[in-house]
Amino acid sequence: MSELRIAVPRGTLLFETLELLDRIGIDTREVRENERKLLFEDSGIVTMRPSDVPTYVEAGAAELGVTGRDVLMEQPEREVYELVDLGYGHCRMVLATAAGEDLAAEALRRLGVVRIATKYPRVAARYFLQTGRQAEIVEVKGSVELAPLTGLAEGIVDLTATGTTLRENGLVIREEIAVCTARLIANPVAHKLKAAAIDRLLERLDAV
Amino acid sequence: MSASHRADEPAPAVDRIPSGTRDVLPDEMRELRAMTDRVREVFERHGYGEVYTPALEYEGTFARAAGPGGDVPWPGQSTAWRRPASAWPGARPAYRMFDEQGNVLVLRSDMTIPIARLVATRYPQAEPPLRFSYLAHAYRGVRPQRGQSREFLQAGVELIGAPAPGGTAEALNVLCAALGAAGLRTYRVGLGDASLYPALLEAVGAPIERRERILSELVEGNFVGLEGEIAELQLPDKDAELLLRVPRIRGGPEVLEGLSGALGDAVGGMRDVHALLAPEVAERIIFDLGLVRSLGYYTGAVFQVYDPAYGVPIGGGGRYDELLRSFGRHLPAVGFALHVERLHIALTGEERGRGPRIPR
Repeated sequence: MSELRIAVPRGTLLFETLELLDRIGIDTREVRENERKLLFEDSGIVTMRPSDVPTYVEAGAAELGVTGRDVLMEQPEREVYELVDLGYGHCRMVLATAAGEDLAAEALRRLGVVRIATKYPRVAARYFLQTGRQAEIVEVKGSVELAPLTGLAEGIVDLTATGTTLRENGLVIREEIAVCTARLIANPVAHKLKAAAIDRLLERLDAV
Repeated sequence: MSASHRADEPAPAVDRIPSGTRDVLPDEMRELRAMTDRVREVFERHGYGEVYTPALEYEGTFARAAGPGGDVPWPGQSTAWRRPASAWPGARPAYRMFDEQGNVLVLRSDMTIPIARLVATRYPQAEPPLRFSYLAHAYRGVRPQRGQSREFLQAGVELIGAPAPGGTAEALNVLCAALGAAGLRTYRVGLGDASLYPALLEAVGAPIERRERILSELVEGNFVGLEGEIAELQLPDKDAELLLRVPRIRGGPEVLEGLSGALGDAVGGMRDVHALLAPEVAERIIFDLGLVRSLGYYTGAVFQVYDPAYGVPIGGGGRYDELLRSFGRHLPAVGFALHVERLHIALTGEERGRGPRIPR
Protein backbone atom coordinates (compact mmCIF):
# COMPACT_ATOMS: atom_id res chain seq x y z
CA MET A 1 0.00 0.00 0.00
CA SER A 2 1.26 3.43 -0.91
CA GLU A 3 2.61 5.83 1.71
CA LEU A 4 1.34 8.84 -0.21
CA ARG A 5 -2.16 9.51 -1.45
CA ILE A 6 -2.22 11.37 -4.76
CA ALA A 7 -5.25 13.32 -6.04
CA VAL A 8 -5.42 12.81 -9.80
CA PRO A 9 -7.67 14.99 -11.99
CA ARG A 10 -10.18 13.35 -14.29
CA GLY A 11 -10.69 15.12 -17.61
CA THR A 12 -8.09 16.44 -20.01
CA LEU A 13 -5.15 16.06 -17.61
CA LEU A 14 -5.96 12.44 -16.71
CA PHE A 15 -4.15 10.60 -19.49
CA GLU A 16 -0.84 12.44 -19.23
CA THR A 17 -0.95 12.30 -15.43
CA LEU A 18 -1.36 8.51 -15.51
CA GLU A 19 1.46 8.24 -18.08
CA LEU A 20 3.70 10.23 -15.77
CA LEU A 21 2.77 8.16 -12.72
CA ASP A 22 3.53 4.98 -14.71
CA ARG A 23 6.95 6.30 -15.61
CA ILE A 24 7.84 6.98 -11.96
CA GLY A 25 6.77 3.48 -10.97
CA ILE A 26 3.21 3.92 -9.73
CA ASP A 27 0.94 1.26 -11.21
CA THR A 28 -2.09 2.95 -12.80
CA ARG A 29 -3.63 -0.04 -14.64
CA GLU A 30 -6.47 -0.31 -12.15
CA VAL A 31 -7.32 3.39 -12.69
CA ARG A 32 -7.39 2.96 -16.47
CA GLU A 33 -9.66 -0.06 -16.19
CA ASN A 34 -12.19 1.54 -13.83
CA GLU A 35 -13.99 4.64 -15.08
CA ARG A 36 -16.28 4.90 -12.08
CA LYS A 37 -14.11 3.86 -9.17
CA LEU A 38 -12.66 6.82 -7.25
CA LEU A 39 -10.26 5.43 -4.66
CA PHE A 40 -7.41 3.07 -5.59
CA GLU A 41 -5.70 1.95 -2.44
CA ASP A 42 -2.81 -0.04 -3.81
CA SER A 43 -1.42 2.82 -5.85
CA GLY A 44 -2.61 5.57 -3.49
CA ILE A 45 -4.49 7.29 -6.31
CA VAL A 46 -7.80 9.10 -5.81
CA THR A 47 -9.54 10.59 -8.84
CA MET A 48 -11.71 13.72 -8.89
CA ARG A 49 -12.59 16.88 -10.78
CA PRO A 50 -9.50 19.06 -11.29
CA SER A 51 -11.04 21.93 -9.32
CA ASP A 52 -11.52 19.66 -6.28
CA VAL A 53 -7.84 18.66 -6.13
CA PRO A 54 -6.70 21.71 -4.08
CA THR A 55 -9.57 21.16 -1.64
CA TYR A 56 -8.49 17.57 -0.87
CA VAL A 57 -4.82 18.45 -0.69
CA GLU A 58 -5.33 21.51 1.51
CA ALA A 59 -7.26 19.41 4.04
CA GLY A 60 -4.64 16.67 4.00
CA ALA A 61 -7.12 14.10 2.63
CA ALA A 62 -4.49 13.59 -0.07
CA GLU A 63 -0.80 14.38 0.47
CA LEU A 64 -0.12 15.26 -3.17
CA GLY A 65 -2.23 16.31 -6.13
CA VAL A 66 -2.04 17.20 -9.78
CA THR A 67 -4.10 20.06 -11.13
CA GLY A 68 -3.93 22.87 -13.67
CA ARG A 69 -2.47 26.26 -12.93
CA ASP A 70 -5.84 27.69 -13.98
CA VAL A 71 -7.45 25.95 -11.00
CA LEU A 72 -4.80 27.30 -8.62
CA MET A 73 -5.22 30.81 -10.04
CA GLU A 74 -8.95 30.63 -9.40
CA GLN A 75 -8.43 29.42 -5.80
CA PRO A 76 -5.48 31.55 -4.64
CA GLU A 77 -6.36 31.29 -0.95
CA ARG A 78 -5.83 27.51 -0.82
CA GLU A 79 -2.96 26.70 1.50
CA VAL A 80 -1.08 24.18 -0.61
CA TYR A 81 2.52 24.04 -1.77
CA GLU A 82 3.05 24.26 -5.51
CA LEU A 83 6.04 21.96 -5.98
CA VAL A 84 6.63 21.29 -9.67
CA ASP A 85 5.56 22.59 -13.06
CA LEU A 86 4.87 19.25 -14.79
CA GLY A 87 4.93 20.89 -18.21
CA TYR A 88 2.05 19.04 -19.85
CA GLY A 89 -1.55 20.20 -20.30
CA HIS A 90 -0.30 23.37 -21.94
CA CYS A 91 -3.16 25.89 -22.26
CA ARG A 92 -3.60 29.62 -22.38
CA MET A 93 -6.00 31.72 -20.31
CA VAL A 94 -7.27 34.29 -22.79
CA LEU A 95 -9.68 37.13 -23.31
CA ALA A 96 -11.69 36.49 -26.47
CA THR A 97 -14.51 38.34 -28.24
CA ALA A 98 -16.50 37.87 -31.44
CA ALA A 99 -14.51 38.32 -34.64
CA GLY A 100 -14.76 41.66 -36.40
CA GLU A 101 -15.04 44.85 -34.45
CA ASP A 102 -13.96 44.35 -30.81
CA LEU A 103 -17.24 44.82 -28.95
CA ALA A 104 -15.48 44.61 -25.60
CA ALA A 105 -13.29 47.57 -26.44
CA GLU A 106 -16.31 49.44 -27.74
CA ALA A 107 -18.27 48.72 -24.55
CA LEU A 108 -15.39 50.01 -22.44
CA ARG A 109 -15.11 53.16 -24.52
CA ARG A 110 -18.80 54.01 -24.76
CA LEU A 111 -20.34 52.41 -21.65
CA GLY A 112 -17.35 52.38 -19.31
CA VAL A 113 -17.91 48.75 -18.31
CA VAL A 114 -17.48 45.51 -20.23
CA ARG A 115 -19.49 42.35 -19.51
CA ILE A 116 -17.30 39.26 -19.35
CA ALA A 117 -18.62 35.71 -19.15
CA THR A 118 -16.30 33.13 -17.59
CA LYS A 119 -15.89 29.96 -15.59
CA TYR A 120 -13.02 31.75 -13.83
CA PRO A 121 -14.70 34.75 -12.16
CA ARG A 122 -11.83 35.52 -9.82
CA VAL A 123 -9.13 35.29 -12.47
CA ALA A 124 -11.20 37.52 -14.75
CA ALA A 125 -12.00 40.08 -12.04
CA ARG A 126 -8.36 40.26 -10.97
CA TYR A 127 -7.13 40.64 -14.56
CA PHE A 128 -9.46 43.54 -15.33
CA LEU A 129 -8.66 45.20 -12.02
CA GLN A 130 -4.92 44.91 -12.69
CA THR A 131 -5.27 46.31 -16.19
CA GLY A 132 -7.30 49.25 -14.93
CA ARG A 133 -10.59 48.46 -16.68
CA GLN A 134 -14.06 48.05 -15.25
CA ALA A 135 -15.71 44.73 -15.91
CA GLU A 136 -18.92 43.08 -14.88
CA ILE A 137 -18.16 39.41 -14.44
CA VAL A 138 -20.90 36.91 -15.33
CA GLU A 139 -20.20 33.43 -14.05
CA VAL A 140 -21.34 30.55 -16.27
CA LYS A 141 -20.77 26.85 -15.69
CA GLY A 142 -20.28 25.55 -19.23
CA SER A 143 -19.94 26.45 -22.94
CA VAL A 144 -18.77 29.93 -22.23
CA GLU A 145 -18.41 30.58 -26.01
CA LEU A 146 -22.17 30.96 -26.19
CA ALA A 147 -22.16 34.16 -24.16
CA PRO A 148 -20.78 36.62 -26.76
CA LEU A 149 -22.78 34.94 -29.55
CA THR A 150 -26.08 35.58 -27.78
CA GLY A 151 -25.33 38.99 -26.35
CA LEU A 152 -25.04 37.81 -22.74
CA ALA A 153 -21.58 39.34 -22.63
CA GLU A 154 -19.17 41.18 -24.91
CA GLY A 155 -16.23 38.96 -24.11
CA ILE A 156 -15.12 35.79 -22.37
CA VAL A 157 -12.18 34.79 -20.23
CA ASP A 158 -11.47 31.11 -20.77
CA LEU A 159 -8.84 28.44 -21.10
CA THR A 160 -7.88 27.32 -24.59
CA ALA A 161 -5.44 24.68 -25.76
CA THR A 162 -5.53 24.98 -29.56
CA GLY A 163 -8.06 27.77 -30.06
CA THR A 164 -10.20 25.49 -32.25
CA THR A 165 -13.40 25.80 -30.21
CA LEU A 166 -13.02 29.57 -30.13
CA ARG A 167 -12.51 29.74 -33.90
CA GLU A 168 -15.41 27.42 -34.65
CA ASN A 169 -17.65 29.74 -32.67
CA GLY A 170 -16.41 32.83 -34.47
CA LEU A 171 -14.38 34.16 -31.54
CA VAL A 172 -10.89 35.62 -31.68
CA ILE A 173 -8.27 35.88 -28.96
CA ARG A 174 -7.69 39.51 -28.03
CA GLU A 175 -5.35 39.16 -25.04
CA GLU A 176 -3.39 36.42 -23.33
CA ILE A 177 -3.71 36.43 -19.54
CA ALA A 178 -1.54 33.49 -18.51
CA VAL A 179 0.03 30.25 -19.68
CA CYS A 180 -1.25 27.26 -17.71
CA THR A 181 0.28 23.81 -17.30
CA ALA A 182 -0.23 20.93 -14.88
CA ARG A 183 1.24 21.43 -11.41
CA LEU A 184 2.16 19.03 -8.64
CA ILE A 185 0.85 20.37 -5.32
CA ALA A 186 1.40 19.17 -1.75
CA ASN A 187 -0.23 19.51 1.64
CA PRO A 188 2.09 21.74 3.73
CA VAL A 189 2.02 19.48 6.79
CA ALA A 190 2.63 16.32 4.74
CA HIS A 191 5.50 18.14 3.02
CA LYS A 192 7.22 18.29 6.43
CA LEU A 193 6.09 15.04 8.03
CA LYS A 194 6.50 12.83 4.94
CA ALA A 195 9.50 14.69 3.56
CA ALA A 196 11.47 11.58 2.65
CA ALA A 197 8.64 9.93 0.67
CA ILE A 198 7.80 13.16 -1.14
CA ASP A 199 11.44 13.88 -1.99
CA ARG A 200 11.88 10.34 -3.34
CA LEU A 201 8.91 10.92 -5.63
CA LEU A 202 10.31 14.29 -6.74
CA GLU A 203 13.65 12.67 -7.55
CA ARG A 204 11.94 10.07 -9.71
CA LEU A 205 10.06 12.90 -11.46
CA ASP A 206 13.34 14.70 -12.11
CA ALA A 207 14.76 11.54 -13.61
CA VAL A 208 12.02 11.00 -16.25
CA MET B 1 -55.92 28.37 10.06
CA SER B 2 -54.12 31.36 11.41
CA ALA B 3 -52.11 33.55 9.08
CA SER B 4 -48.82 32.60 10.73
CA HIS B 5 -49.20 28.97 9.58
CA ARG B 6 -49.91 29.50 5.93
CA ALA B 7 -47.69 27.36 3.72
CA ASP B 8 -46.76 30.22 1.41
CA GLU B 9 -45.46 32.34 4.28
CA PRO B 10 -41.68 32.56 4.52
CA ALA B 11 -40.14 30.29 7.14
CA PRO B 12 -39.49 32.02 10.44
CA ALA B 13 -36.18 33.89 10.33
CA VAL B 14 -33.26 32.12 12.01
CA ASP B 15 -30.94 34.54 13.74
CA ARG B 16 -27.58 33.96 12.14
CA ILE B 17 -24.16 34.63 13.62
CA PRO B 18 -21.38 36.43 11.74
CA SER B 19 -19.44 34.46 9.13
CA GLY B 20 -16.47 32.68 10.63
CA THR B 21 -17.83 32.57 14.18
CA ARG B 22 -19.59 29.70 15.91
CA ASP B 23 -21.36 28.60 19.04
CA VAL B 24 -19.81 26.04 21.39
CA LEU B 25 -22.21 23.70 23.20
CA PRO B 26 -21.59 21.87 26.49
CA ASP B 27 -20.11 18.57 25.20
CA GLU B 28 -17.45 20.31 23.14
CA MET B 29 -16.92 23.01 25.76
CA ARG B 30 -16.23 20.39 28.44
CA GLU B 31 -13.50 18.84 26.29
CA LEU B 32 -12.02 22.22 25.36
CA ARG B 33 -12.01 23.36 28.96
CA ALA B 34 -10.36 20.18 30.21
CA MET B 35 -7.67 20.55 27.55
CA THR B 36 -6.98 24.25 28.19
CA ASP B 37 -6.91 23.66 31.95
CA ARG B 38 -4.11 21.14 31.48
CA VAL B 39 -2.23 23.49 29.16
CA ARG B 40 -2.62 26.43 31.54
CA GLU B 41 -1.35 24.36 34.42
CA VAL B 42 1.86 23.72 32.42
CA PHE B 43 2.28 27.45 31.74
CA GLU B 44 1.85 28.32 35.44
CA ARG B 45 4.22 25.55 36.52
CA HIS B 46 6.93 26.98 34.27
CA GLY B 47 6.46 30.44 35.77
CA TYR B 48 4.35 32.01 33.04
CA GLY B 49 1.71 34.04 34.87
CA GLU B 50 -1.53 34.49 32.97
CA VAL B 51 -2.51 37.93 31.69
CA TYR B 52 -5.56 39.24 29.92
CA THR B 53 -5.60 42.32 27.69
CA PRO B 54 -8.52 44.09 26.03
CA ALA B 55 -9.99 42.47 22.93
CA LEU B 56 -10.15 46.02 21.55
CA GLU B 57 -6.96 48.01 21.02
CA TYR B 58 -6.22 51.28 19.27
CA GLU B 59 -5.34 50.65 15.65
CA GLY B 60 -2.12 52.56 16.20
CA THR B 61 -0.89 49.83 18.57
CA PHE B 62 -1.16 47.20 15.83
CA ALA B 63 0.10 49.55 13.11
CA ARG B 64 3.10 50.48 15.21
CA ALA B 65 6.41 49.00 14.21
CA ALA B 66 9.52 49.98 12.38
CA GLY B 67 8.98 50.56 8.70
CA PRO B 68 11.17 48.66 6.25
CA GLY B 69 14.74 49.85 6.61
CA GLY B 70 14.25 52.20 9.53
CA ASP B 71 12.87 52.58 13.00
CA VAL B 72 10.54 55.45 12.12
CA PRO B 73 6.96 54.61 12.97
CA TRP B 74 4.65 54.52 9.97
CA PRO B 75 3.14 57.92 9.27
CA GLY B 76 -0.52 58.53 8.57
CA GLN B 77 -2.07 56.09 11.01
CA SER B 78 -5.57 56.97 9.89
CA THR B 79 -4.84 55.28 6.59
CA ALA B 80 -3.14 52.28 8.17
CA TRP B 81 -5.85 49.92 6.88
CA ARG B 82 -4.76 50.66 3.30
CA ARG B 83 -1.40 49.06 3.80
CA PRO B 84 -0.73 45.72 2.17
CA ALA B 85 -0.79 42.76 4.55
CA SER B 86 3.00 42.45 4.33
CA ALA B 87 3.47 45.96 5.75
CA TRP B 88 1.85 45.08 9.08
CA PRO B 89 4.20 43.83 11.79
CA GLY B 90 1.73 41.09 12.74
CA ALA B 91 -1.45 39.80 11.15
CA ARG B 92 -3.52 42.59 9.63
CA PRO B 93 -6.51 43.33 11.88
CA ALA B 94 -9.76 42.49 10.07
CA TYR B 95 -12.30 44.20 12.29
CA ARG B 96 -12.20 47.93 13.01
CA MET B 97 -14.63 50.36 14.56
CA PHE B 98 -14.82 53.84 16.04
CA ASP B 99 -15.27 54.78 19.66
CA GLU B 100 -17.37 57.80 20.68
CA GLN B 101 -14.40 60.14 20.16
CA GLY B 102 -13.73 58.92 16.66
CA ASN B 103 -10.62 56.86 17.52
CA VAL B 104 -10.10 53.80 15.34
CA LEU B 105 -10.23 50.58 17.36
CA VAL B 106 -9.38 47.09 16.13
CA LEU B 107 -10.21 43.64 17.43
CA ARG B 108 -6.76 42.21 18.22
CA SER B 109 -5.38 39.92 15.49
CA ASP B 110 -2.92 38.28 17.87
CA MET B 111 -1.78 38.44 21.50
CA THR B 112 1.92 39.08 20.96
CA ILE B 113 1.51 42.76 20.08
CA PRO B 114 -0.82 43.52 23.05
CA ILE B 115 1.66 41.81 25.37
CA ALA B 116 4.55 43.82 23.87
CA ARG B 117 2.51 46.94 24.65
CA LEU B 118 1.75 45.63 28.13
CA VAL B 119 5.41 44.97 28.89
CA ALA B 120 6.46 48.46 27.79
CA THR B 121 3.69 50.26 29.68
CA ARG B 122 3.11 48.14 32.79
CA TYR B 123 6.65 46.85 33.33
CA PRO B 124 8.84 49.75 32.09
CA GLN B 125 11.55 49.10 34.70
CA ALA B 126 11.06 45.43 35.61
CA GLU B 127 14.16 43.29 35.50
CA PRO B 128 13.96 40.77 32.63
CA PRO B 129 13.29 38.00 31.89
CA LEU B 130 9.51 38.39 32.11
CA ARG B 131 7.20 35.45 31.55
CA PHE B 132 3.53 35.73 30.57
CA SER B 133 0.88 33.32 29.35
CA TYR B 134 -2.58 33.84 27.93
CA LEU B 135 -5.73 32.04 26.91
CA ALA B 136 -7.60 34.52 24.78
CA HIS B 137 -9.47 35.04 21.53
CA ALA B 138 -7.97 36.77 18.53
CA TYR B 139 -9.70 37.86 15.32
CA ARG B 140 -8.60 37.60 11.71
CA GLY B 141 -10.28 37.85 8.32
CA VAL B 142 -9.66 34.25 7.31
CA ARG B 143 -11.73 32.13 4.94
CA PRO B 144 -14.01 30.24 7.31
CA GLN B 145 -13.74 26.44 7.32
CA ARG B 146 -13.05 23.72 9.85
CA GLY B 147 -10.27 24.87 12.17
CA GLN B 148 -10.25 28.29 10.53
CA SER B 149 -12.49 30.65 12.48
CA ARG B 150 -12.43 34.43 12.38
CA GLU B 151 -12.70 34.42 16.15
CA PHE B 152 -10.27 31.84 17.48
CA LEU B 153 -8.96 30.89 20.89
CA GLN B 154 -5.21 30.91 21.42
CA ALA B 155 -3.17 29.50 24.29
CA GLY B 156 0.36 30.79 24.37
CA VAL B 157 3.32 32.27 26.18
CA GLU B 158 5.71 35.18 25.70
CA LEU B 159 9.21 35.12 27.16
CA ILE B 160 10.55 38.67 27.23
CA GLY B 161 14.22 39.53 27.75
CA ALA B 162 15.68 36.05 27.19
CA PRO B 163 17.90 36.02 24.09
CA ALA B 164 18.68 33.12 21.77
CA PRO B 165 19.52 30.34 22.08
CA GLY B 166 18.53 29.86 25.76
CA GLY B 167 15.21 31.69 25.55
CA THR B 168 14.23 29.87 22.37
CA ALA B 169 15.02 26.50 23.91
CA GLU B 170 12.96 27.34 27.00
CA ALA B 171 9.97 28.31 24.83
CA LEU B 172 10.23 25.04 22.88
CA ASN B 173 10.46 23.02 26.08
CA VAL B 174 7.32 24.70 27.42
CA LEU B 175 5.59 24.22 24.05
CA CYS B 176 6.18 20.47 24.08
CA ALA B 177 5.21 20.18 27.75
CA ALA B 178 1.92 21.91 26.91
CA LEU B 179 1.24 19.72 23.87
CA GLY B 180 1.97 16.62 25.94
CA ALA B 181 -0.34 17.79 28.71
CA ALA B 182 -3.06 18.47 26.14
CA GLY B 183 -2.78 14.80 25.22
CA LEU B 184 -1.16 15.00 21.79
CA ARG B 185 1.15 12.06 21.06
CA THR B 186 2.38 12.09 17.47
CA TYR B 187 3.08 15.77 16.92
CA ARG B 188 6.34 17.19 15.54
CA VAL B 189 7.76 20.70 15.72
CA GLY B 190 9.29 22.28 12.61
CA LEU B 191 12.18 24.60 13.47
CA GLY B 192 13.45 27.19 11.02
CA ASP B 193 15.04 30.61 11.09
CA ALA B 194 13.35 33.70 9.66
CA SER B 195 16.73 35.36 9.06
CA LEU B 196 18.21 32.43 7.13
CA TYR B 197 16.79 32.99 3.66
CA PRO B 198 17.16 36.79 3.74
CA ALA B 199 20.81 36.23 4.75
CA LEU B 200 21.31 33.92 1.77
CA LEU B 201 19.72 36.45 -0.58
CA GLU B 202 22.11 39.02 0.82
CA ALA B 203 25.08 36.68 0.46
CA VAL B 204 24.40 35.99 -3.23
CA GLY B 205 23.79 39.68 -3.89
CA ALA B 206 20.11 39.51 -4.84
CA PRO B 207 18.80 43.04 -5.49
CA ILE B 208 16.89 44.38 -2.48
CA GLU B 209 13.80 45.25 -4.52
CA ARG B 210 13.43 41.61 -5.63
CA ARG B 211 13.83 40.03 -2.22
CA GLU B 212 10.31 40.75 -1.00
CA ARG B 213 8.75 38.94 -3.96
CA ILE B 214 11.06 35.98 -3.53
CA LEU B 215 10.19 35.73 0.17
CA SER B 216 6.49 35.98 -0.53
CA GLU B 217 6.70 33.01 -2.95
CA LEU B 218 8.40 31.12 -0.15
CA VAL B 219 5.71 32.08 2.39
CA GLU B 220 3.06 30.83 -0.04
CA GLY B 221 4.94 27.60 -0.66
CA ASN B 222 5.06 28.31 -4.39
CA PHE B 223 8.24 26.53 -5.45
CA VAL B 224 7.38 26.97 -9.12
CA GLY B 225 7.08 30.73 -8.65
CA LEU B 226 10.27 30.74 -6.57
CA GLU B 227 12.15 29.04 -9.39
CA GLY B 228 10.90 31.67 -11.83
CA GLU B 229 11.91 34.56 -9.57
CA ILE B 230 15.36 33.09 -9.00
CA ALA B 231 15.87 32.45 -12.73
CA GLU B 232 15.19 36.14 -13.36
CA LEU B 233 18.02 37.15 -11.01
CA GLN B 234 20.53 35.57 -13.47
CA LEU B 235 22.83 34.43 -10.70
CA PRO B 236 25.79 32.08 -11.16
CA ASP B 237 24.53 28.48 -11.31
CA LYS B 238 25.83 27.51 -7.88
CA ASP B 239 24.06 30.43 -6.18
CA ALA B 240 20.77 29.78 -7.97
CA GLU B 241 21.05 26.11 -7.08
CA LEU B 242 21.63 27.03 -3.42
CA LEU B 243 18.57 29.32 -3.31
CA LEU B 244 16.41 26.55 -4.79
CA ARG B 245 17.80 23.72 -2.69
CA VAL B 246 17.73 25.35 0.76
CA PRO B 247 13.93 25.75 1.14
CA ARG B 248 13.52 22.05 0.37
CA ILE B 249 15.86 20.95 3.18
CA ARG B 250 13.83 19.50 6.04
CA GLY B 251 14.23 16.51 8.31
CA GLY B 252 16.18 15.29 11.35
CA PRO B 253 19.57 16.58 12.58
CA GLU B 254 21.25 14.72 9.67
CA VAL B 255 20.03 17.40 7.22
CA LEU B 256 22.28 19.98 8.91
CA GLU B 257 25.40 17.84 8.54
CA GLY B 258 27.92 18.95 5.99
CA LEU B 259 26.41 22.39 5.44
CA SER B 260 29.21 24.94 5.14
CA GLY B 261 29.87 28.51 4.11
CA ALA B 262 27.08 31.06 4.45
CA LEU B 263 24.56 28.26 4.92
CA GLY B 264 26.63 26.59 7.62
CA ASP B 265 26.79 29.88 9.53
CA ALA B 266 23.06 30.45 9.10
CA VAL B 267 22.09 27.10 10.62
CA GLY B 268 24.48 27.57 13.55
CA GLY B 269 21.70 29.22 15.55
CA MET B 270 19.40 26.25 14.99
CA ARG B 271 22.11 23.84 16.10
CA ASP B 272 22.67 25.89 19.28
CA VAL B 273 18.96 25.80 20.16
CA HIS B 274 18.74 22.08 19.47
CA ALA B 275 21.68 21.37 21.77
CA LEU B 276 19.87 23.03 24.70
CA LEU B 277 16.57 21.17 24.34
CA ALA B 278 15.36 18.50 26.72
CA PRO B 279 15.91 15.10 25.01
CA GLU B 280 12.18 14.38 24.65
CA VAL B 281 11.77 17.77 22.98
CA ALA B 282 14.84 17.45 20.74
CA GLU B 283 13.51 14.24 19.21
CA ARG B 284 10.33 16.03 18.12
CA ILE B 285 12.20 18.62 16.08
CA ILE B 286 12.16 18.68 12.30
CA PHE B 287 14.74 21.13 10.97
CA ASP B 288 13.04 23.07 8.22
CA LEU B 289 15.21 25.50 6.29
CA GLY B 290 12.28 26.62 4.18
CA LEU B 291 10.08 27.58 7.12
CA VAL B 292 9.14 31.22 6.85
CA ARG B 293 6.23 32.45 8.92
CA SER B 294 4.13 35.15 7.38
CA LEU B 295 4.15 37.45 10.41
CA GLY B 296 6.61 40.26 9.82
CA TYR B 297 7.86 40.66 13.39
CA TYR B 298 9.82 37.39 13.49
CA THR B 299 13.58 37.95 13.47
CA GLY B 300 15.23 34.61 14.25
CA ALA B 301 14.10 31.10 15.14
CA VAL B 302 10.56 30.29 13.99
CA PHE B 303 8.61 27.13 14.69
CA GLN B 304 5.40 25.42 13.75
CA VAL B 305 3.53 22.45 15.23
CA TYR B 306 2.39 19.62 12.95
CA ASP B 307 0.37 16.50 13.61
CA PRO B 308 -0.11 13.67 11.11
CA ALA B 309 -3.78 13.52 12.14
CA TYR B 310 -4.49 16.99 10.76
CA GLY B 311 -3.48 18.72 7.53
CA VAL B 312 -2.88 22.21 8.89
CA PRO B 313 -0.42 23.51 11.51
CA ILE B 314 -1.74 23.54 15.09
CA GLY B 315 0.28 26.49 16.26
CA GLY B 316 3.63 28.13 16.08
CA GLY B 317 5.85 30.94 17.20
CA GLY B 318 9.29 32.37 17.07
CA ARG B 319 11.72 35.08 18.09
CA TYR B 320 10.77 38.73 17.75
CA ASP B 321 13.85 40.57 18.99
CA GLU B 322 12.92 43.97 17.51
CA LEU B 323 9.18 44.27 18.21
CA LEU B 324 9.53 45.50 21.80
CA ARG B 325 11.76 48.33 20.62
CA SER B 326 8.89 49.96 18.75
CA PHE B 327 7.04 50.06 22.08
CA GLY B 328 9.97 51.68 23.87
CA ARG B 329 11.63 48.74 25.63
CA HIS B 330 14.28 47.08 23.53
CA LEU B 331 14.29 43.50 24.75
CA PRO B 332 14.79 40.26 22.83
CA ALA B 333 11.75 38.00 23.05
CA VAL B 334 10.26 34.71 21.95
CA GLY B 335 6.79 33.22 22.17
CA PHE B 336 4.30 30.78 20.73
CA ALA B 337 0.57 30.41 20.35
CA LEU B 338 -1.46 27.21 20.07
CA HIS B 339 -4.69 27.30 18.11
CA VAL B 340 -7.00 25.65 20.64
CA GLU B 341 -9.69 24.57 18.16
CA ARG B 342 -7.09 22.95 15.89
CA LEU B 343 -5.42 21.30 18.87
CA HIS B 344 -8.79 19.75 19.68
CA ILE B 345 -9.29 18.59 16.07
CA ALA B 346 -5.83 16.99 16.02
CA LEU B 347 -6.43 15.32 19.37
CA THR B 348 -9.72 13.88 18.14
CA GLY B 349 -7.96 12.80 14.93
CA GLU B 350 -5.26 10.96 16.87
CA GLU B 351 -7.89 9.20 18.95
CA ARG B 352 -9.74 7.83 15.94
CA GLY B 353 -6.70 7.00 13.83
CA ARG B 354 -6.62 8.86 10.57
CA GLY B 355 -10.07 10.34 10.95
CA PRO B 356 -12.53 9.47 8.18
CA ARG B 357 -9.71 8.08 6.07
CA ILE B 358 -9.42 4.42 5.32
CA PRO B 359 -6.87 2.96 7.74
CA ARG B 360 -3.59 1.97 6.13
